[in-house]
Amino acid sequence: MPRRTVGRLLLMVAAASLVVMFAATTAVPQNPPPYFAVRGARIVTGSGPVIENGTVVVANGLIAAVGTDVAIPPEAWVIDGKGLVVYPGLIDALTDLGLPSGQPQRPGQQPAGPPAQQAQQRLAQGPEDRPASTPWEVAADELNAEDRRFESWRNAGFTTVLSTPQRGIFPGQGAVVNTAGARASEMVVKAPATLHLTFRSAGGFREFPGSLMGTLAYIKQVFLDAEHYGQASAIYERNPRGVERPSYDRTERVVYEALTAGRPVFLPANTAVEIHRAIHIARQIGLRKYVLYGAQQGYEVAGALAEAKVPVLVSLRWPERDREADPEAPESLRSLRFRDRAPSTPAALHRAGVKFAFYSDGISNPKDVLKNVAKAVAAGLPREAALRALTLDAAEILGVAERLGSIEAGKIANLVVADGDLFEEKTKVKLVFVDGHRFEVRESARPAEPPRDNLSGRWSLTVNTPQGSQQATAELSMAPDGTLTGTVSGPMGTATISNGWLSGNRFSFTISLSMGPQQVEATFSGTVEGNRMSGTVSFGGFTAEFTGTRPGASASATAGPAD
Amino acid sequence: MKRAQRFWPWLAMLALGLSPAQAQDAGTLVIRNATILTVTNGTIRNGSILIRDGKIAAVGRNVRVPEGATVIDATGQYVMPGIIDCHSHIAVDGGVNEGSVAVSSMVAIEDVLDPTDVDIYRDLAGGVTTANVLHGSANPIGGLNAVIKLRWGADARGLLFEGAPPGIKFALGENPKRSNFTPQPGTPRRYPATRMGVMDVIRQAFTEAREYQKRWAEYRRRVAAGEQNLIPPRRDLKLEPLVEILEGKRLVHAHSYRADEILQLIRLAEEFGFKIATFQHVLEGYKVAKEIAAHGAGASTFSDWWAYKVEAYDAIPYNAALMTQRGVVVSINSDSAEEARHLNQEAAKAMKWGGLSETEALKLVTLNPAKQLGIADRVGSIEVGKDADLVLYDKHPLSVYAVVQKVLIDGHVYFDRAQDIARRAELEKEKKELTEKLQRSGEREQPSRPGGRRPGGPPRTGEGVQEDGEVRP
Repeated sequence: MPRRTVGRLLLMVAAASLVVMFAATTAVPQNPPPYFAVRGARIVTGSGPVIENGTVVVANGLIAAVGTDVAIPPEAWVIDGKGLVVYPGLIDALTDLGLPSGQPQRPGQQPAGPPAQQAQQRLAQGPEDRPASTPWEVAADELNAEDRRFESWRNAGFTTVLSTPQRGIFPGQGAVVNTAGARASEMVVKAPATLHLTFRSAGGFREFPGSLMGTLAYIKQVFLDAEHYGQASAIYERNPRGVERPSYDRTERVVYEALTAGRPVFLPANTAVEIHRAIHIARQIGLRKYVLYGAQQGYEVAGALAEAKVPVLVSLRWPERDREADPEAPESLRSLRFRDRAPSTPAALHRAGVKFAFYSDGISNPKDVLKNVAKAVAAGLPREAALRALTLDAAEILGVAERLGSIEAGKIANLVVADGDLFEEKTKVKLVFVDGHRFEVRESARPAEPPRDNLSGRWSLTVNTPQGSQQATAELSMAPDGTLTGTVSGPMGTATISNGWLSGNRFSFTISLSMGPQQVEATFSGTVEGNRMSGTVSFGGFTAEFTGTRPGASASATAGPAD
Repeated sequence: MKRAQRFWPWLAMLALGLSPAQAQDAGTLVIRNATILTVTNGTIRNGSILIRDGKIAAVGRNVRVPEGATVIDATGQYVMPGIIDCHSHIAVDGGVNEGSVAVSSMVAIEDVLDPTDVDIYRDLAGGVTTANVLHGSANPIGGLNAVIKLRWGADARGLLFEGAPPGIKFALGENPKRSNFTPQPGTPRRYPATRMGVMDVIRQAFTEAREYQKRWAEYRRRVAAGEQNLIPPRRDLKLEPLVEILEGKRLVHAHSYRADEILQLIRLAEEFGFKIATFQHVLEGYKVAKEIAAHGAGASTFSDWWAYKVEAYDAIPYNAALMTQRGVVVSINSDSAEEARHLNQEAAKAMKWGGLSETEALKLVTLNPAKQLGIADRVGSIEVGKDADLVLYDKHPLSVYAVVQKVLIDGHVYFDRAQDIARRAELEKEKKELTEKLQRSGEREQPSRPGGRRPGGPPRTGEGVQEDGEVRP
């Protein structure tokens, strides 16, 4: 079996995956996509009324049925939904997940080529040099399925994101992708989906465009050129004889195609001034379908947005005081007002009837995304509207509302199962379904209690899987505060522990394993009593039980905390 | 700029509070008991101005106050037309220069106006009601201008002076040839590097523009003749404004210093059959005033700024007066958000240097710039039918002791000194409360570390950035 396939199956096959982990040579039978049914749960469909005590059936990656009176197929895995709430999978409407994030390219720069080529690159000296323009780059084509952020986003309840290239003035085109899958081809829901724009400039006098107005002029010229391309090539194709052949330009062609396909154009606009400006520019260009992103000062211009009938993506990275600012210097009233009122933007947009969705805008921990939505709720946004912005409205803005955004039969089975209201702080996401695959969300938060034992030493671990038990060895060393470091060794090799801790008598540690092309994590958690430990190991959403013993007990126990 | 921030930090702050609240419909308004400096019809003592629907409806000693009209008692005060600053760089976002190219006529100030720039309010507080916001002087042919009214609180489109003829910035001499700049190591010098080169760039651009104009004319002719399968010429945002200049539809505002370059540009323009609307700065204008007048160009200069670079060495403070006496329409401009706040005093200097009359001095910052910008039918003097853009001073505006009391644009009060002072405590209080509130909420939680970038960032805090690319204008 090729190693790549092994990696792919890991995420799909429950118990077998653990066998693969500890004995990579074991062959894995390929199961058909499973059937699931969540029974007796509160179902927030997102498009219709909330169903109390309802059932959702998931089959072949799609939602097969939803309601109170739904037949559960006999082959389905049934999940008891008592006390659980099922939501449509959440959508983060603008990210760079799966794409190299790194330093943003200097706006005036050409796309990076091999180093030797870069050195000879000429600075753009006018619009004709097509500065910082790579509209042909489609996120789906560059997508790295192994980006670890997919998993953390999924665990926070996000089952779909729009991923877009972000470098340059015309960085490329976005793709709607689901947050699980072994390779990009399985994750992509729609591509290309959107045409992305930024208003960056190189600054200074060295290269074009060096100013904001230069960037705007350049963008206007590109759209004119694209329109001309469409017109000229159509005339030429109809009758090439005697007609001067139009020149070829990749930027023109791709932009023209994106517009003809009706893809929305994304324009940046965070402050009220920028929002007015973007609407004006869009009108000058004659864009029929466009979306503004940023929009945090939308509370001042909700009326204008409603009038322009333009949907917006609200950045959830609420403004903060500049960290580099002189702490002694008083903050301007303007900045104070902005920071105070930005979270009231979603409520203002909702009241004005502006269609909007949310996006994480570089927030590194996806859990903060929902926390920041809660701030918008606290500032007056109704919960239903908040949920809609995270689901169906996002799907509509991204042009995928027929496939995603609500719990309806026939739509893609992207679901979030939580133990309460999603916007309550204490609520936990328990399960996430992406394309009908089930993912369990594990707690990894480290409790505050100090350690009551010392885990340092060599442990023999036995992992019980349906395929039999597997042996592994853990070399642990513990700091006085309970932090665990060390390694775990199995037949497949040795992995280093990360995020390990002991608190009271509860412990958790995670190892990262290379499985073919991808990195996968296994988290061991449980309790320790003297020289015995027991608990579960979770791996790609599946769990197995394990036990451990410390044979060289007396020596290790007195070794004390690691230096 | 620097100075303004040091001495008037409160001005920025209180400006924030004085938003469009006062820009509501003023209805009918009467200013009474004022000394009215009409500029075109002499001085009226103890006079009144009736304002209806934003326009001046009556001026004189015997103006009847209609029932229900708002009355401003201006006893002891002076009213003059709103000041027009013919060279400004305020309210611009993201740089005033597209300096990467020698011809940047594709860029437009109008696209990047920032109506929240506090310099608008500061200049308003200095009596300015209209400003010609220009591109910088980094290139022989610069970007498109925006003539704005300082309607503090309006959005960017709301600032635009409706119907003002469009214009463009040109620049001659040291700035476009970049003699004041040392390029970064490894960067080639941008052409042009000499005054000859500057003229060559302009000539080249208009030669291209003529061809472009011809291409379109030819295309339209063939379409009209019923030809099929014609590919239209590609629209070029750089050349379109130059064609408008050739067709007399766009005003050229040419940054210039030396007499020789002024003559060069006049000859080049006449060769291509277009006019220069204004020479800006034009410090050696007094040497070629006759030629400027004969061409029909205006001159917009400084009262007494000079010697800040070699091409500004031959300047004299008599420039404005001498050009005026030779029949040139002359204005005094600011080119600076600070200078714009006392253009009345800058105008007054022309009485000392060159002996202009009071009215001639006032014209330098009112009617003359209005003529230069093609808006004299709307603003520039206190006459029936013109826009009610007015400034009330406590003393004669040509006195250094005069302080602006109120500024009206379109009949609305946009600046009121008394109100402004009254609101400071309130704004201080709000600031304190918000600071405390945000500190409290910040302590409650550990905010997430920003990992990426944002499209716009928070709004500017009020510091106008003047990046003209020059030490002085």
